[in-house]
Amino acid sequence: MEHKREYWFDLGLLTAIPVRGARTVQVPRRDIAVFRTANNEVFALENKCPHKGGPLSEGIVHGRKVACPLHNWVIDLESGHATGADHGCARSFPVKIENGRVFIDMGVAAAA
Amino acid sequence: MTSPDKCRRKLVVVGNGMAAGRMLEELFARAPGAHDVTIFGAEPRVNYDRIMLSPVLAGEKTYEDIVIHGDAWYAENGIDLRRGERVVAVDREARTVTSSAGTVAPYDELVLATGSDPFVIPVPGASLPGVVTFRDLDDVEKMLEAANKGGSAVVIGGGLLGLEAAAGLALKGMKVTVVHLMPTLMERQLDLSAAYLLRRAIEKRGITVETGANTVAIFGAGKVEAIKLEDGRTLPADLVVMAVGIRPNAALAKAAGLEVRRGIVVDDHLATSDPSIYSVGECVEHRGACYGLVAPLYEMAKVLAARLAGEEVAGYAGSITSTKLKVTGVDLFSAGDFSEGDETDEVVLRDPSRGIYKRVILRDGHIVGAVLYGDVADGSWYFDLIKKHADVSEMRETLIYGQAFQGGGAALDPISAVAALSDDAEICGCNGVSKGTIVGAIKAKGLTTLDEVRAVTKASASCGQCTGKVEAVLAATLGAAYSGSSRKPMCKCTDLTHEEVRGFIASKELKSFPAILQELGWKTSCGCPTCRPALNYYLIAAWPGEYRDDLQSRFVNERLHANIQKDGTFSVVPRMWGGLTTPAELRAIADIAEKYQVPLVKMTGGQRVDLIGIPKASLPNVWAELLAAGMVSGQAYAKGLRTVKTCVGKSWCRFGTQDSMGLGVKLEKLMCGSWTPAKVKLAVSGCPRNCSEATVKDIGVICVDSGYDIHIAGAAGLHVRATDLLGHVDTEEEALEVCAAVLQAYREQAVYLDRLYKWSEKVGLDAVRAQIIDDLANRKALYQRFLVSQRAVRKDPWAERVAGRELHEFMPLAKLDIIPAPVEA
Ligand code: SRM
Ligand SMILES: Cc1cc2nc3c(=O)[nH]c(=O)nc-3n(C[C@H](O)[C@H](O)[C@H](O)COP(=O)(O)OP(=O)(O)OC[C@H]3O[C@@H](n4cnc5c(N)ncnc54)[C@H](O)[C@@H]3O)c2cc1C
Ligand code: SF4
Ligand code: FES
Repeated sequence: MEHKREYWFDLGLLTAIPVRGARTVQVPRRDIAVFRTANNEVFALENKCPHKGGPLSEGIVHGRKVACPLHNWVIDLESGHATGADHGCARSFPVKIENGRVFIDMGVAAAA
Repeated sequence: MTSPDKCRRKLVVVGNGMAAGRMLEELFARAPGAHDVTIFGAEPRVNYDRIMLSPVLAGEKTYEDIVIHGDAWYAENGIDLRRGERVVAVDREARTVTSSAGTVAPYDELVLATGSDPFVIPVPGASLPGVVTFRDLDDVEKMLEAANKGGSAVVIGGGLLGLEAAAGLALKGMKVTVVHLMPTLMERQLDLSAAYLLRRAIEKRGITVETGANTVAIFGAGKVEAIKLEDGRTLPADLVVMAVGIRPNAALAKAAGLEVRRGIVVDDHLATSDPSIYSVGECVEHRGACYGLVAPLYEMAKVLAARLAGEEVAGYAGSITSTKLKVTGVDLFSAGDFSEGDETDEVVLRDPSRGIYKRVILRDGHIVGAVLYGDVADGSWYFDLIKKHADVSEMRETLIYGQAFQGGGAALDPISAVAALSDDAEICGCNGVSKGTIVGAIKAKGLTTLDEVRAVTKASASCGQCTGKVEAVLAATLGAAYSGSSRKPMCKCTDLTHEEVRGFIASKELKSFPAILQELGWKTSCGCPTCRPALNYYLIAAWPGEYRDDLQSRFVNERLHANIQKDGTFSVVPRMWGGLTTPAELRAIADIAEKYQVPLVKMTGGQRVDLIGIPKASLPNVWAELLAAGMVSGQAYAKGLRTVKTCVGKSWCRFGTQDSMGLGVKLEKLMCGSWTPAKVKLAVSGCPRNCSEATVKDIGVICVDSGYDIHIAGAAGLHVRATDLLGHVDTEEEALEVCAAVLQAYREQAVYLDRLYKWSEKVGLDAVRAQIIDDLANRKALYQRFLVSQRAVRKDPWAERVAGRELHEFMPLAKLDIIPAPVEA
């Protein structure tokens, strides 16, 4: 039987991530970019653009999207999918905010 | 009064506020006479409409006007009202409550409706007389008493309550300042555009608004006299109103051992962790949420009343709330989720001349939020659509025009829509120009372009927001003869061109993003990745020292002061002034390259050294070491001054006519750090042999025996273009002044991302020459403005970062070497 696995890891204060910006979280198998939008929502995507692997954490965040810094693909922060004419997907991870702190589900982020 | 009856259940209610009152009304309607009700109210009065305290303060209403339940109502319903009696303890074993007056009342069912307490920020002096909160009638009376004496008031908190208090006190003749911690007013209920309009309206009432201001102390001998802000300023105050938020009043419940988190925890039927104790109102926490508005409390009251009446009802499922501000003359409305979006998930309508802003936020064909300012007539319609989760994809095009507009048939394309308008329909709101006037002018004077229409009729000459409509009138009037315009709107957020936007920023003194977006009628709520960097540059260029650079509107290279490489590492290029270096600098660079194992060291095409392949986290350390060796950022990443290449020149070369190296260094020192529409490269050659390739640079100086030939508008990248000769000057001072004046004219006039040659081709070489070579006074003025703007960028960006400015951004938020074991849930 499948058990639901959750391991919420405390990444610290939301305010440590710049508004309309991102910070990274390094786990053994990958780097994860944690984004903060203008309205203080957070999203986490693997820090690797589906085009040629650009670091999405360095892109310009607008609305719930980020423009990759290398060749300007626009990636949807919620789903990780490239928007417009481009195709591809950056993996997304569960994150939540509680009491002004950001948590990531390490059960998902560190595994697989 | 009905007499107590043994069979009737004893219902005790703690708190005689709005939630309790509504709950009892609902209960008596469902189960008349079923309960013996005792109410304890800490306030010495009957139940009144707390919301209306603002109009009472403003003098628009009296206490009598706002009473909800008068003495007669309590009598009719046989309620034992204990006014002025605070409940101090609940005995759950004995099922009794005890009041401050010593009354012990037994209950079968107990309802806690204790509301909230205003939050008082714990600064020294917070308990001085003259410091009040804004919660009940006593507070209002204290404020009115202070206001009668005049003087100044400081309201701490720029939310709903704070602004209502400020407006009321200002009406009573006090000199009011609102001190707000966050950068914008009512940030939890409004987006930036609406907050901008609100601030303007509040300031129009003579109220001073200080945002981003933190209160650290309150002073006074015996009574309040002033407050002190974190930035060191003190503001005089005869009255201080704290309106910084509320906290659910759960102390009694907590002392009784009920489950309390932020508020008293209740289930969907408003039961607390003790099944015979219920709670309703602002004091509760339901599914993790606490509320501070009456609509949700009324929904709760209904559910609880049904429950107490013994009815089977669906539980309370939480509420979506909407906000209005009760300041006469300020119309705003917001509801739901209005997080920043882009044009695909929002519809925006602005009318700058009437101060209107409307924004509806959509997700998957449903409205999820709305922000309205200036015209709130459709607020309840949008709110209803949100709550019903209605599918609005069919009416997306017309949604923003409101309910009255719906069902009006298919939406017209803009040209047919304008063609269908009557002649007296107003096209330009600012200048009051009707369609008939424009059509008349087009026909009578044979106008064919937007600029001509603007010049003749003034239509779209003020805020430019009706530009699209005026073009549609041209197209509708001229038909096929209208060639369309060569005008290129800046981006899909506006119909205005870059040049027009720049013009308005200067003429209307627009100094912030929200000011531009609102006053120029942007079609999106916060711009897009195309216009944001451009507007950020225009603001920097127009208001040096005043406007604060918005780093998040910049591309990564300018944000991190280094060039990103394809593998996500960065390159670091220190300045080598005029291409000159020293053994000591080279040694330092060599040491750093070894120490940080820099994978590649390369001479650039710009006469300096590039350290390539440095990880982000090492950047601050590498910079610190370069700075220690006397080097600064070469801004190889900037839309700004890059390099000034030089050749050897008169000091060594047998052909040299002037000191080309010296002039190159002076030019680089004069111009470095400057932000420009696109990158800028200079070169100085010592003679016409031109070894520094000055004739393919943005600005090139060629030294000749008689002085300096100044060339401009060259390029050697995607497009190769030899420079044009701008003019000749005799002295080095003049050469510096002319080069800086050219740069400043380019900074002030060019479209963002246009290299200098594009600007020069657009305005024409003769026009550039006229401004700079022929008009000496204008040249000097340009030069002075350049010096002023350079003052604002004197700091080296690397040094600022190394000194700690947002240094943490270079570090990962977290680093985990071990995979934590997932917990089974
Ligand atoms: C490092 C360097 C190549 C080298 O190793 O020599 C270089 C590297 C880049 N150039 Fe260049 N250009 C370099 C000299 C030049 C020159 C030669 C010069 O300046 O004398 C030119 C032609 C002159 C000119 O600009 O007209 C040049 C014309 C371009 C262009 C075309 C610009 C144009 O408007 O046509 C681009 C593309 C752009 O800017 O959009 C570009 C863009 C780039 C970028 C920034 C590409 C990018 O966006 O990542 C490269 C950055 C790599 C990096 O991380 O350092 N680079 N680039 C040179 C740095 C000079 C310096 O010391 O700062
Ligand atoms: C100035 C102002 C303007 C407002 N404007 C709006 C608005 O425009 N729209 C909107 O929706 N909402 C508005 N509100 C909020 C609204 O008034 C509250 O949400 C609502 O009054 C809360 O109702 P309640 O019954 O939970 O609490 P309250 O109305 O505060 O009632 C609680 C009562 O319990 C009493 N009490 C507390 N502890 C005890 C105890 N131990 N024993 C006995 N009695 C006790 C208190 O004295 C108080 O009288 C405004 C509030 C204020 C202050
Ligand atoms: S020419 Fe310039 S932009 Fe092109 S690969 Fe070389 S360095 Fe990069
Ligand atoms: S790597 Fe992201 S757009 Fe190319």
